[in-house]
Amino acid sequence: MAKMTMVQALNLALRQEMEKDDSVVVLGEDVGVDGGVFRVTDGLINQFGDQRVLDTPLAESGIVGMSIGMAAYGLKPVCEIQFSGFAYQNFHQIENHAARLRWRSQDRYHVPMVLRAPYGGGVRALEHHSESREAYWAHTPGLKMVIPSGPRNARGLLVSAIRDPDPVIFYEPKALYRAFREDVPEEEEIMAIGEPRCVRQGSDLTMISYGAMMRPTLEAAVELKEKDGVEAEVIDLLTISPLNEKILVESVKKTGRAVVIHEAPRSFGPGAEIVSRLMEKAFYYLEAPIERVTGYDIIIPLFSREKAYLPSVQRIIRSARKVLAA
Amino acid sequence: MPRKKISIPNKIEYLSILNEKSELDKKLDPDISDNLLLKLHRTMLLARKFDERLLSLQRQGRIGTFPPISGQEAAHLGAVAALRPTDWMVPAFRETAAEIWRGRTLESVIIYNNGYNEGAAIPEGRYDLPISVPVGSQILHAVGLGWAAKYRQKDDVAMAFFGDGATSEGDFHEGLNFAAVFQAPVVFVCQNNQWAISIPLAKQTRSKTLAQKALAYGMPGIQVDGNDILAVFAAAREAVERARSGGGPTLIECVTYRLMMHTTADDPKRYRTDKEVEQWKNRDPLPRFQNYLIRKGLLTEDKIAKAEAEVVQEIQEAVDRAEKQMKELGDPVHMFAHLYAAMPPYVEEQKKEFERELAELNKEADHG
Ligand SMILES: Cc1ncc(C[n+]2csc(CCOP(=O)(O)OP(=O)(O)O)c2C)c(N)n1
Ligand SMILES: [Mg+2]
Repeated sequence: MAKMTMVQALNLALRQEMEKDDSVVVLGEDVGVDGGVFRVTDGLINQFGDQRVLDTPLAESGIVGMSIGMAAYGLKPVCEIQFSGFAYQNFHQIENHAARLRWRSQDRYHVPMVLRAPYGGGVRALEHHSESREAYWAHTPGLKMVIPSGPRNARGLLVSAIRDPDPVIFYEPKALYRAFREDVPEEEEIMAIGEPRCVRQGSDLTMISYGAMMRPTLEAAVELKEKDGVEAEVIDLLTISPLNEKILVESVKKTGRAVVIHEAPRSFGPGAEIVSRLMEKAFYYLEAPIERVTGYDIIIPLFSREKAYLPSVQRIIRSARKVLAA
Repeated sequence: MPRKKISIPNKIEYLSILNEKSELDKKLDPDISDNLLLKLHRTMLLARKFDERLLSLQRQGRIGTFPPISGQEAAHLGAVAALRPTDWMVPAFRETAAEIWRGRTLESVIIYNNGYNEGAAIPEGRYDLPISVPVGSQILHAVGLGWAAKYRQKDDVAMAFFGDGATSEGDFHEGLNFAAVFQAPVVFVCQNNQWAISIPLAKQTRSKTLAQKALAYGMPGIQVDGNDILAVFAAAREAVERARSGGGPTLIECVTYRLMMHTTADDPKRYRTDKEVEQWKNRDPLPRFQNYLIRKGLLTEDKIAKAEAEVVQEIQEAVDRAEKQMKELGDPVHMFAHLYAAMPPYVEEQKKEFERELAELNKEADHG
């Protein structure tokens, strides 16, 4: 096992899938010679050539529309949108076609493509480079929406996404790209899409999060244990859609209390759906109203104030205490 | 029926007035007043020195990521100088010299680049849109501004800026088509700096020029030496006059070069050679213009040295003002401002909650 950053782990997944299957192709802006602005596709053009690693003209709709055609032909395009904030230029290709080609052709065609894009705040970036708009995609029937939280699950999930017969939107928490390293095995390791994981056991409270917010969530869990003697169970969603609520429901049945944490704005965000599922399936087990700790319903400010916007350990703890006190 | 040629009603011209040796093509002299020439020089010099200062501030961690403009001053400054103050400027993000020309303060650039939204504020009386990071997206706004002026029977013109990479986006093509169909008073200025991050022009388009794309939409297109401020100004003046007098839109391709990195987060050594950069340094628009002004008797080496010292001082004062202002901007509650004319009640609640939490945190911090 080698210690890898998330960037390296994603690169490993891409390289190995390309080695195994020549239908896997990579395309996007600056993914070839430059190796991607975050270097996730570093070296792929040298190994696989410029017919499999396409430096495209600057047009997201072009990248995604072309990927759909490639997928209909039987290839497995993995396209990179340089920042999720520029995926609106390709929104209609995803909504009108990628998500529906199977349905529109009554199963004659399907779209085994992956759209990778860095998302989220915390890296002191320019405007449009820090948003967390996973709800747009999770709201679209026909898509899968995956968000890893560390190098190892990023690798395993990307492999699954590439092999998935349907379109997967794969959001990479850019704040975690180089934030820490994990052991990632060289040999194949796959993590199934649609399986949230319990990453910390506890009986007093269920904390549900994903992506870059897993770190403050876990820190809050540790602090709650140290300061309040509270045993918090922490669940990493990993797949936003299709949302598999099974282990969330089981956990809340046990703890009776829950906090949902995400950096996306609160209203109509993933938290709203998660809370609804819990209301539908675990209502009678709840001891307190479920709390959401989220980004505010405003545009994430330019970087000097982004910390104030993003859920902090303190905010998570405050909400957890509120739920525990009820 | 035999195949026959359809004649297309336009050709693409290339305009250069001041060559790399600062020699003027007298027949094409745009006859700019001495006053304006000196003002352009001063702004160009200020913008260049400011770019250098921003880079050092960024390297010291005193501002965030920003896109340097060095080498492209003539391309955007020459174009915007053809506008009246009441015309509209629609920037991308690499037009700092043009923004300064339009009245943007240096401290607002610093404040913006240090991650404060206040730095993007546009005072009443300046008819500019804020910089636009999503590539090409702003082009259509210029069409809307221009058409609105026409609808109101005003003779205002809108000028849109964008890069070579932007010409691949759908918005660029929609923008040109709309402007031509509606005969909107718009000037499209493409700063073709040869690169879109790591993608060279040859991988962006198979067209010989970007200017020729205008022909497909039924408008004039011209390619100019974008490092020759006289040529850029002359082409822009002609296009602005045409737009103002009801002649519709024009596309101007300024052939220039980004001498620095794409942004301070970029490493150009990964995709281009030093040799290429060196070659373009010989075409640097600033010394080219300066030497011309010296020959013309408008400047001397001494005057340039003095002007340099003055702009460096002006920049220092702006840095000081910006740093002082930023200390006062600290309050993060500002992030709730300016989103709606009237804040929805649930956002108001979130703001109150945020203020409460902030007060608690500050109290905790005080008690330490
Ligand atoms: C829609 C969109 N896609 C991608 C990006 C990321 N990006 C920022 S600048 C840039 C290249 C722009 O090239 P060009 O239009 O030539 O302008 P230049 O940077 O050279 O001034 C890219 C890909 C973006 N900002 N917006
Ligand atoms: Mg460019």
